Amino acid sequence: MTPPEDTLETTTVDKKALIKGVLEVYPDKAKKKREKHLNVYEEGKSDCGVKSNIKSVPGSMTTRGCAYAGSKGVVWGPIKDMIHISHGPVGCGYYSWSGRRNYYIGTTGIDTFGTMQFTSDFQERDIVFGGDKKLAKLITELEELFPLNRGISIQSECPIGLIGDDIEAVAKKATKETGKTVVPVRCEGFRGVSQSLGHHIANDSIRDWVFPQADKKKKELGVEGTPYDVAIIGDYNIGGDAWSSRILLEEIGLRVVAQWSGDGTLNEMMLTPTVKLNLVHCYRSMNYISRHMEETYGIPWLEYNFFGPTKIAESLREIATKFDETIQQKAEEVIAKYQAQCDAVTEKYRPRLEGKTVALMVGGLRPRHVVPAFYDLGMKLIGTGYEFGHNDDYKRTTHYIENGTLIYDDVSAFEFEQFVKELKPDLIASGIKEKYVFQKMALPFRQMHSWDYSGPYHGYDGFAIFARDMDLALNSPTWSLIGTPWKK
Amino acid sequence: MAQNNVDNIQDHATLFHQNEYQELFQAKKEFEGGHSPEEVARIAEWTKTWEYREKNFARTALTVNPAKACQPLGAILAAVGFEGTLPFVHGSQGCVAYFRTHFTRHFKEPFSAVSSSMTEDAAVFGGLNNMIDGLANSYNLYKPKMIALCTTCMAEVIGDDLGAFIKTSKEKGSVPEDFPVPFAHTPSFVGSHITGYDNMMKGILLNLTEGKKQATTNGKINFIPGFETYIGNLREVKRLASLMGVNYTLLADNSDYLDSPNDGEFRMYQGGTSLEDAADSINAEATVAFQAYSTTKTREYIEKEWKQTTSVSRPVGIRGTDEFLMKLSELTGQPIPKELEDERGRAVDALTDSQAWLHGKRVALYGDPDLVIGLVQFLLEVGAEPVHIVVTNSNDVFEQELQAILDTSPFGSTAKIWGGKDLWHMRSLLFTEPVDLLIGNSYGKYLWRDTHTPFVRIGYPIFDRHHLHRYATFGYQGAINLLNWIVNTLLDELDRNTIVSAKTDISYDLIR
Repeated sequence: MTPPEDTLETTTVDKKALIKGVLEVYPDKAKKKREKHLNVYEEGKSDCGVKSNIKSVPGSMTTRGCAYAGSKGVVWGPIKDMIHISHGPVGCGYYSWSGRRNYYIGTTGIDTFGTMQFTSDFQERDIVFGGDKKLAKLITELEELFPLNRGISIQSECPIGLIGDDIEAVAKKATKETGKTVVPVRCEGFRGVSQSLGHHIANDSIRDWVFPQADKKKKELGVEGTPYDVAIIGDYNIGGDAWSSRILLEEIGLRVVAQWSGDGTLNEMMLTPTVKLNLVHCYRSMNYISRHMEETYGIPWLEYNFFGPTKIAESLREIATKFDETIQQKAEEVIAKYQAQCDAVTEKYRPRLEGKTVALMVGGLRPRHVVPAFYDLGMKLIGTGYEFGHNDDYKRTTHYIENGTLIYDDVSAFEFEQFVKELKPDLIASGIKEKYVFQKMALPFRQMHSWDYSGPYHGYDGFAIFARDMDLALNSPTWSLIGTPWKK
Repeated sequence: MAQNNVDNIQDHATLFHQNEYQELFQAKKEFEGGHSPEEVARIAEWTKTWEYREKNFARTALTVNPAKACQPLGAILAAVGFEGTLPFVHGSQGCVAYFRTHFTRHFKEPFSAVSSSMTEDAAVFGGLNNMIDGLANSYNLYKPKMIALCTTCMAEVIGDDLGAFIKTSKEKGSVPEDFPVPFAHTPSFVGSHITGYDNMMKGILLNLTEGKKQATTNGKINFIPGFETYIGNLREVKRLASLMGVNYTLLADNSDYLDSPNDGEFRMYQGGTSLEDAADSINAEATVAFQAYSTTKTREYIEKEWKQTTSVSRPVGIRGTDEFLMKLSELTGQPIPKELEDERGRAVDALTDSQAWLHGKRVALYGDPDLVIGLVQFLLEVGAEPVHIVVTNSNDVFEQELQAILDTSPFGSTAKIWGGKDLWHMRSLLFTEPVDLLIGNSYGKYLWRDTHTPFVRIGYPIFDRHHLHRYATFGYQGAINLLNWIVNTLLDELDRNTIVSAKTDISYDLIR
């Protein structure tokens, strides 16, 4: 199952030919569309040479989700002390129930609600007569049964926008009646081309429905500002990622006032306009609110990368430059402190992983951000792509990848399978829908959305787990069992 | 530093219990704006009371933690039982990502399905162009033998007409004129995943059997599993039928698709009922469904249009399996072989061996209607007492049928059927009227955590335990599996409760 010697030497020309071959199977109209999304990165170019954030080709088996997934599943869902109503039919809430491993501390069902499903369970009569009355009633029932909730968000499913419901009016009335934050979110699944628009809509709903209240309540929030206040933006605390990041920021002397949105609370969101710097991990899903805070409150933002020791050290140093010398000094101390831990990890795992090749396909920030962590382990990237990236993601990607890397945007199941068959990476790092396709092909695989039920992968503590997990996937003894000995 | 031993790397399960993280959690509270621990404890206690239960059961608009999904999930499960069939869901694309994810997490297998990826413009103008392109693309890329179409609620709300759209798509050359594209409207605001299964199965059979009626029967029996997620059940039914010498057609057989061998090659289409056999099912002697409420319309259609007798037989537990085998014998004239009599005897023997530990045990359970009926049949046979029965996707006919089953046994007298209720209702039931055992899908683990009721995972989805779906719950073998899971969970619990040295371990018995 090891790749032939010349895999890494596969040239840009060969890869372009591969793309051309794969496209041959499409009908003309779809071929014209898809050929803009596949390319080979050429060193020195300002982006990866692909179009992105465009409608998926019908029938192509895209991996993409929808705006509801981006809002309820990603941005809003992890805010733990609010109740997020999946407003519409039962399915959307059901499929996304406890699916993302956004860890949090709290008593579920009492003061936190992260792993629960709240739905208006639309029936035919709600479609015909509208669901506003039901929604209003539902909110009063929530208040009675879950009195410690700090607020409510209304996550619209497809029918809401199609039947002309006025959830904004319901939200305003409910806010008045309950005195709590009630946020209507127009994240119907048909809006936009992927979950990405859902992130944007969710960001905008925070801007429009949370921040105005925060501005009013500033003094009641009860936290005095310090010059070292920061917020973690765009970390969903998958397997505890935000915690293994927070610990480092606190160690260098910063005060993390808010986590957006993994293990986050409404209060933390409201405190954020007072911070000195917003630290953005997932740029794709939360650049909008960061830009808004920059424009409105003058808060600068900085993208950082806590995957793998190289990038962690680089990021800690860069973050520290935004503060005074004491922070800079501490950053150096923290980097030095963890050096032995990182060395032990690379000494153990690098020899087991050196030279192995990886093909990535994920969402958000990971198609670029995790690449240096693989490099830290001596591994090589041969292809990467985003489910729902935009051009700015592909620009940023150029800082992470080498000449000749295959790029695939919104890759179809067909294309991905063909690319993998041809390029024979040693490891595929992608999502649950892809996992078993490639494992059936005897290819080691790790889920890069859920960390394959492991994690955290962020920070120094996370890197050790990342290294362990890549090793156990690549060097699993079961790969050698595939295929009968009598037919080999 | 938390990772101070590279030979024992701590992941989330232990990492965060270390002091430095515990301190971090404590310090974070300053910013969270949370409630006092006393207030949280007070409300937590209140949610365990009868007063809370009454408020909880008084709600009419809110659903919390339902035990049901929506129609297209069931539709695509039906579709992949047919040879070379690609499920195609017309509507917004996110739904398909969710369905594929859900099945993949449960079965740990690939699940292929496509969407017509409708967006705002389709919401205004309809999704015809999406279907024309989608059919052409999926046909060319994935080379299916059949494309089975169903809908998301978006397409249903805007009123897309699948029949007309398919006709137009064929005229435009998306797929050949004679290429089978059966369809079903599967609005998610009607019924649940079991309704979607029924609609799709009917749609596929209607399409494939058109014009195939012969003057004589083919001598076969059709089996329809319904929304069945135990691959072991499909294999068990096939084994039982083979032992009986019964010629059958399984409509449809997704067992290879959802449990394929790892031989180093990925095949999008695995096994499945051949389209020819499916087309010929119209000429069978009779149809036996293993679920009633996921096959209601399909059976009506078969009776009315095929003029074929249909029946429902749930081969769960001893009597359920007896009935199924006798039904097969009656339909085919084939005797029940000695081998199955022996199997039955072994299962009865196992049940008798364990019965003392099950007698009078109070059980709460939830799930789809037919799953629950099967489990109740089994529980009554072993002298356990169903107490709380929650079925979110319930209906009146089902509740009458289940009540009649409960009425046949003194062990059924304490049971109450809670139709249309959800798992937050179940939480109140478990706190106010505790039971010895809870049976349900993976989401029951939250009830286990909150109420400490010993918990057996039976149902769909099961995400947090491996391989249970590979086992059978059908047949005499399946009865042993059910018994094994249930009795050994109770015994594990007994050990857990008697494990403290010099205190409770007087009852930490070696022999049970």
